[in-house]
Amino acid sequence: MDKGSLASALGSASVFGQSQFAFTRGNAFEARVKADGGAELLRLVHDGLDRGAEPPAEATVHLPDLSATGPEGRAARTSLALREATGAAGAWTLLDHPMLALEVAGSPAFLEPDAVVVHPDGSWTVVEIKSFPMLDGSADPAKVGAAARQAAVYVLALERVAARLDPAPRVRHRVLLVCPKDFSNLPTASAVDVRKQRAVTGRQLARLTRVEEIADALPEGVCFSPEQSAEELAAAVEAVPATYAPECLSACELAFHCRARSREAGAVTCLGRPVRAELGGLSTVEDVLAAARGEAGDPDDPAVAALRRAAGLRAEALAAAGGVTGCH
Amino acid sequence: MTAETLAAPAAFDPGAEAARATAAILHDTLHGTERGVVVDSPPGAGKSTLVVRAALELAAAGRPLMVVAQTNAQVDDLVLRLAEKNPDLPVGRLHSSDADPYDKALDGLENVRKSAKAADLAGLSVVLSTAAKWAHVKVDEPWRHAIVDEAYQMRSDSLLAVAGLFERALFVGDPGQLDPFATVGSEQWAGLAYDPSSSAVTTLLAHNPGLPQHRLPVSWRLPASASRLVSDAFYPYTPFRSGTDHGDRSLAFSVPSDGSGPDRVIDEAAAAGWGLLELPARHTPRTDPEAVRAVAAVVRRLLDREGRATSERSPDPAPLTADRVAVGTAHRDQAAAVRAALAGLGVHDVTVDTANRLQGREYDVTVVLHPLSGRPDATAFHLETGRLCVLTSRHRHACIVVCREGVGDLLDDYPSTEPVQLGTLVKFPDGWEANHAVLAHLAEHRVAWRP
Amino acid sequence: MSLITTLARLEAVHTGRAQPAATVRHRHLSDRPLVFVPLTTAGEAGAPLGALVGTDRDAPHLLAVPQPRDRDLRFAFLAELADIVLPYVEAYAESVEAAERTETDPETGKRVKVEVDLCADAAQLVVPSRAGVDFVRLLGRSMRFRRTAEQDPETPHPAPPRVPLLGRWLTHYGERARVPGSSLLLAVTDLLGRHWATGQSTLEDQHLGALLAWIAPDGAEGATGAEAARRAELARDGDGQLLCPPAGPATDPAFDNKLLAPAIERYDRARTALAAAEDGLEADERLGALTAAEREIRALVESRTRPTWDAVWRGLDLLRELPEGAHAEERWTRDRWSFTSHRDRVLAGEPPQPRRDDAVTAANKLATREREQARLEAQEALDDPLVMAGRRLAGEAFAGEVVDVVMAYSESKRPSPRPLVTVRTDDRPYLGERVKVYRSLGGKPQTAEFVGAASSDDAPEDGTLVLRITDRMGRGKEPEAGSVPEKGDLVCFTLFEHEPRGGAKLPDPEQTPWTHGGPPGEAASVPEAADAQTEEDVL
Repeated sequence: MDKGSLASALGSASVFGQSQFAFTRGNAFEARVKADGGAELLRLVHDGLDRGAEPPAEATVHLPDLSATGPEGRAARTSLALREATGAAGAWTLLDHPMLALEVAGSPAFLEPDAVVVHPDGSWTVVEIKSFPMLDGSADPAKVGAAARQAAVYVLALERVAARLDPAPRVRHRVLLVCPKDFSNLPTASAVDVRKQRAVTGRQLARLTRVEEIADALPEGVCFSPEQSAEELAAAVEAVPATYAPECLSACELAFHCRARSREAGAVTCLGRPVRAELGGLSTVEDVLAAARGEAGDPDDPAVAALRRAAGLRAEALAAAGGVTGCH
Repeated sequence: MTAETLAAPAAFDPGAEAARATAAILHDTLHGTERGVVVDSPPGAGKSTLVVRAALELAAAGRPLMVVAQTNAQVDDLVLRLAEKNPDLPVGRLHSSDADPYDKALDGLENVRKSAKAADLAGLSVVLSTAAKWAHVKVDEPWRHAIVDEAYQMRSDSLLAVAGLFERALFVGDPGQLDPFATVGSEQWAGLAYDPSSSAVTTLLAHNPGLPQHRLPVSWRLPASASRLVSDAFYPYTPFRSGTDHGDRSLAFSVPSDGSGPDRVIDEAAAAGWGLLELPARHTPRTDPEAVRAVAAVVRRLLDREGRATSERSPDPAPLTADRVAVGTAHRDQAAAVRAALAGLGVHDVTVDTANRLQGREYDVTVVLHPLSGRPDATAFHLETGRLCVLTSRHRHACIVVCREGVGDLLDDYPSTEPVQLGTLVKFPDGWEANHAVLAHLAEHRVAWRP
Repeated sequence: MSLITTLARLEAVHTGRAQPAATVRHRHLSDRPLVFVPLTTAGEAGAPLGALVGTDRDAPHLLAVPQPRDRDLRFAFLAELADIVLPYVEAYAESVEAAERTETDPETGKRVKVEVDLCADAAQLVVPSRAGVDFVRLLGRSMRFRRTAEQDPETPHPAPPRVPLLGRWLTHYGERARVPGSSLLLAVTDLLGRHWATGQSTLEDQHLGALLAWIAPDGAEGATGAEAARRAELARDGDGQLLCPPAGPATDPAFDNKLLAPAIERYDRARTALAAAEDGLEADERLGALTAAEREIRALVESRTRPTWDAVWRGLDLLRELPEGAHAEERWTRDRWSFTSHRDRVLAGEPPQPRRDDAVTAANKLATREREQARLEAQEALDDPLVMAGRRLAGEAFAGEVVDVVMAYSESKRPSPRPLVTVRTDDRPYLGERVKVYRSLGGKPQTAEFVGAASSDDAPEDGTLVLRITDRMGRGKEPEAGSVPEKGDLVCFTLFEHEPRGGAKLPDPEQTPWTHGGPPGEAASVPEAADAQTEEDVL
């Protein structure tokens, strides 16, 4: 589903999109990392994860052709290449843009990691190439976190492929993150342990089987197509339960639409999830303010009692500071 | 993986295993060539006993010893234990210059000298103090040996301040408990071996990967019903066993159940070691009055029903008195609310405290207000592995958890979008996983109750 | 977030206007701050696109890099930036006053007072948002290891003379910005967010335009804060360009793709054409085309930075309307010490700050920041009743009326006054027996200890507390006048200390113990190498 055009059609255009400068640079960097038959990339894998193995410069290196028709065909080709590579003991194999299939909520999703490397010992490593810099060995933690979660999905998908082989090869839980070094376009790499992200994603995928149940619960005829009228679309999107939080704004094209709905409903979580922590069962702005003013709410409810004390203290402080009006 | 290691030899002799581990630790400490020895000790594995024994042996070998603990209470406890084992040993208690710097009980010990100045204690076999106090001490000649207690709760910068005082050291601690923290951001040092906000052991091992590492393999505190869960959920790579077997301990009550939720969960916990008193799902403030009242009601009934705890310690059952019961919470205001509720029920002598303050303590029965009960959100604080580990590993007989329904869904709803710092060691399992594991286990001992 | 702040935010939602989150200004503002509004190139690390910078709100300097991937043009930008920032900084560095500092005498090891220079004021840098602070740090890092031709005649791409020095100063400012309560380098979004509560999340408050829309919406009569903020975030003109451009340094992708990329392409073409010119006349003509292309890019940079520039100054105006908090000046003095010490390091010819802190430096920095955090929290509460209200709600302070004072004395050979003061309060502090509490007495903390609740019941909830005052009553047997609260006085005690205690002294870096990697040895004395440079001229 193209959430970006859906958002535009709903009248809540998002701020998403990629600068062509970033795009060009990202592509140039990935090409540079994979240049010369992946020599540099394999060197980074060897240095970062498998120093005990024979250096790729001195070993046999395979670069299987993965082209095929359609995602299913490419996924099948990838599985075959992985099997062959795992059998080819002592060699390094670089799979450039393999295709992996992962069942999500009953239907196959196709995933395309930047690269997968098969080590001489037959184990597999996911490689993620990103264009944000590693400066003095550290990188933006939010971006590394996103890359780790992405890589964890690839690891899970690879494990499904591995499970069909006998003996099942090891899928390494440390992935290799390749980024530009400092202020240059020279690649550098860091191993990232994705066990946590893998465990969480695995549990979430298991739970996503319930998405079908959500789909079943939707009214018949719900359909998201940007060609529909804004009202029809809004009605369709409304039918899907969504929990808006400000974090959505940087992650989802529909966030501004969800925010507008959430604000209309007066949800306090518009101000951030943690806001609810001390409000107990109160979830709307008006309910909270009414409780704070003493117009509603059970005074024995600690949340209500705390709100009234907070409102009183705030009013007292503002009055002390010089007649600024606070709570009325 | 833990299943394999745990399903090991049929004839597991906990006493022998623990003795073997202790002997190896003492050997490395007294006769090893490395400057440091690290000992991981799961809950109730006899860490203090080990520290006291090592201290006595080092003293007997004529090696001047300094002991570093993290809090004054820990220091005083060690002094008392040392004096109990060897009343003739000349011991120094270095203390701060604040009012009431040490436990008054130390004043009754003849061979314990107390001073705020290290120079006054020169020449004594063993000198003990907190890391904070040691940091102000200057010496010309370093101590031959040190013991650093609760080393996993000590921050790296705190070790940096005292490491110049000793030549070699034994580091002892529990890796599963609450990590040290900083009150300001320290991201800029993440990934550095000496990140000042990381634990002392993390830094020590990053710089000295060859140091011998031991672990105490047996928990003498946790009953057989608890060791498996706690070991699996919080110590997957360093599993431990219980020193006692199923049936070695029992908890019985003279007064029969009245059929209420609290009584039913008490009986479930007495039989199984665990009980979950589940209240209806609801978003609540931290001091959820229903949950607080439920905790208080459980405690009141625990005391009213005249419990008797039978264990390997004595052939006769010991009465379950107020001092053998504790309540654990995540927040101070929750502890205050539970205390008030207990006072309302006429209960005054039961310890009620936060996880931070319950570290290192031991009771027969604990009642825990689940950190995520009724919460609309799950923050890193509430998900911290160590917090749940402390709360679920303080008991010798049974642990009763009071919780709102819906925590499983809350965990699922909470997307794990943690940032990742390059080069840092991943602490595994994380709180999210551990919480799920504990919940799944508790679900088998669930008593639903609508107060 | 404290419930008081939450309440303020909800009121902002309800009224459509930001609500006060502070009653005084908790940060020092210079009379003449240097405002810096930088833009960066998407996808590149440390490749600036342009900036507005200066101290005159009506006449900012416009800096632009017509081709950000060209090393020489980037150097030209940095050199120009150095020519604006360094004279501003140096003017403050040159004006000093005498001050006293306690130092450890290296020979006797005793603490002695020495007279030193302290800069009478310090240079203050203001950027639009937190991302701007990060960018200052990044620029500092990208410049301080550069070599000039004078330093190293062999260096392949020498940096302009003052660029490494600017890198050192920006690094210092970026690092100081991590100290809680410091004001050398400020982000306007942080400042405004500290003093006002909007009806949106703190995440959305990072957008300077949206934040100001809640606090002081301009134009759009009658629009609520939410509406005005949404306009600032999303409204676009007919060309698809944001009406309120992001405060940077990142630019809007639509700007990059629709306006900037074509303009840069025209510039590149004009430059190629100029290089290929065959005679003087042709060259003149083509130079004209190149200048026009460059002017176009400068105009684009100005069009994206000027709204932010104006917004920064508007934010500063709003902040100046608040009276400065009583302790802000004291924290600014700490900033002046920090500024002075960096000046001294530069003057002494010390090398640039290393890429990574050593173990001792890292630990010292962490200790300082934790101490400053504690100091800031205490001082803000003492300076501002609204902040104190939050601490009272959290059980960390209490205010009330003195209802009884009973004189009592300590049981020592020379009895000292230890009066018992009974306070009636509606607050619910977390007090245990003998817990220490503090109140401000003539700007200094006076200590008391909690004795118990006044009634027979031991629950302090009933609101009458007995305290024993333990210090600041003078040396005599009778307390000095005014040192003990009297019946009817309104008092406010905190459970937190007002002056954080200093930590223990850490070893010198040369004495780093074996647990932390041991002494640095020879490696530490070798100056840090310059960054490896890309072979290509362009990134």
